[in-house]
Amino acid sequence: MMTLKVNGKDHKIDADPDTPLLYVLRDDLKLNAAKFGCGLGQCGSCTVIVDGKAVLSCVTPILLLEGKQVTTLEGLGTIERPAPIQRAFMEEQAAQCGYCIAGMIMRAQALLQRNSRPTDAQIRAEMEPNLCRCGTHMRILRAIRRASRLMEAADASSAIQETGR
Amino acid sequence: MVAGIVGGVVIAAVAAGFAVAWRPAIAAIEPPSPQSFDPALVKRGRELAAIGNCSDCHTVRGGASFAGGLPVPTPFGTVYSSNITPDPETGIGRWSEEAFRRAMRSGVGRDGQHLYPTFPYDHFTNVGDDDDRALYAFLMTRQPVDAPARDNQLAFPLDQRFMVAGWKLLFLRRDNFQPDNSKSAEWNRGAYLVEGLAHCGSCHTPRNVLGAEKSTAQFAGGDVDNWQAYPINSQSPSPVPWTADALFSYLCQGWDPDHGTARGPMAEVVSNLSSVNESDVRAIATYMADVFGAPSEGRVRHGEAVIAQAKAPSTPATQSSVANQAGAAIFAAACAGCHETSRALPYGGVNLALSTALSSPDPRNAINIVLSGVRPVDGERSPIMPGFADSMNDQQVVRLLQFLRSHFSNQPAWSGVEKAVVGARRTQTVFLQTSPGPINAPAEPTQRDKP
Repeated sequence: MMTLKVNGKDHKIDADPDTPLLYVLRDDLKLNAAKFGCGLGQCGSCTVIVDGKAVLSCVTPILLLEGKQVTTLEGLGTIERPAPIQRAFMEEQAAQCGYCIAGMIMRAQALLQRNSRPTDAQIRAEMEPNLCRCGTHMRILRAIRRASRLMEAADASSAIQETGR
Repeated sequence: MVAGIVGGVVIAAVAAGFAVAWRPAIAAIEPPSPQSFDPALVKRGRELAAIGNCSDCHTVRGGASFAGGLPVPTPFGTVYSSNITPDPETGIGRWSEEAFRRAMRSGVGRDGQHLYPTFPYDHFTNVGDDDDRALYAFLMTRQPVDAPARDNQLAFPLDQRFMVAGWKLLFLRRDNFQPDNSKSAEWNRGAYLVEGLAHCGSCHTPRNVLGAEKSTAQFAGGDVDNWQAYPINSQSPSPVPWTADALFSYLCQGWDPDHGTARGPMAEVVSNLSSVNESDVRAIATYMADVFGAPSEGRVRHGEAVIAQAKAPSTPATQSSVANQAGAAIFAAACAGCHETSRALPYGGVNLALSTALSSPDPRNAINIVLSGVRPVDGERSPIMPGFADSMNDQQVVRLLQFLRSHFSNQPAWSGVEKAVVGARRTQTVFLQTSPGPINAPAEPTQRDKP
């Protein structure tokens, strides 16, 4: 039995320590935003934020997460009050099938928390591990730039703290 | 008084140095038109430039090819690579073929300035006139790029280029490469390439305090960008001894089933070699297999045992049977999914019993790869591994590394892994921002025969 901090709440988890975080999020905590894509850390659809960094939850066993803060898409905003990054993705209509988008948003959020005004090259380099098979890359890039502008007024990390409470 | 004496000595030294160091400028030319070069010569030059791995140092990540500007860290300071596109003002557009050949042969720029030996003319001095001509034709037909040189960061007196003349007196051997008639033509071709243009020793031979390759320890392993360039002689730490065939497949396709995938600075080398005429790569493999030498009976037996272990049905590490349970658990959960399946290379993970990184006395390569993974190549099918820098803390990486070492090699435990992990975390961040292009090799080169 271990304690996992997800979206600001402590959860008692009854799972083998080598269980991937993704399985615990989806099966135990019913947080289904992070997706199972390849299961090998090669596609990015399972991306979540751990202690401010984008992490591939399918290759991250929970035994690595003692005392760390996990943030999933559910921890960013709500339907009524989407976070700036979520608003930006909606306003740019950046999803086609949407399977990759939760991962895309989480990696972009981690980037913007660290660097609220990334250059185009920095965005592209950061997003490299996340794949989209529909081809909405240009819209995704636009959404990240829009989110950067939206966040300029509001502190990038405050959205998480507010909704995580 | 003291200042006066010191001043006098300095002036005398400068005067003597000038006499040794002075080289004339070679007259600037009007940049020749690309059409003036024979296309067949240009094509040959392209292959030679790939063998020389020129693009690796002379291109910054995301920058224009051959436009220079890459910071090369040395124990003496940072030297920036130069622009070798035919731009008339900032590149080599006004260099005659004679000036180019002099730079290759003796490390002197067109204007007569000594070039720092980060440009490996200690090897390029062995390149023949015909090959220099082809390289010149190739470079002079590239897209000119306006990219002024960046200032080197070297402390006095090393920022004075005449100092390089002294280094050359000590270390630059101009006797051209001599063929060995007792060996095959292929061996000799390989030796010519390895000792010359391919400059393998620049990374794989250790350097002395003045930064020159130790002639008594050729191919005994060196350092590059916080990676270990493995010994590639009889001291090779690879679990399975290298053969000419294994070297050929590794150098041509970027991986070999018994040794794994090229990564780190070697990835760019094999990526370049994938576009080279196979007979030249075969020659390099033949010569290097001879340099590695015939392995001892013990090494052969160990290699066979390791291959058998790697081919055996996967036996996940049982966590209760090992001392380092934390490391074993991390391996089972995070690594075994790729590294303990029978999926073939290059898309499956290599069985770690075959890993040279885990059998080497130096843990840095294994640490680098755990932290940063293997990044995909743009537009190519290629091996890929996620990095774990953001999901594991230093202690977790250390426990994992200690487990991998004890479980997958027959070597004693590493000392100083903790410090190496901290160091690797710091330098990898910088490396990933400045490294040129993809840092691993295409699995299936589609570049062959491109004009």
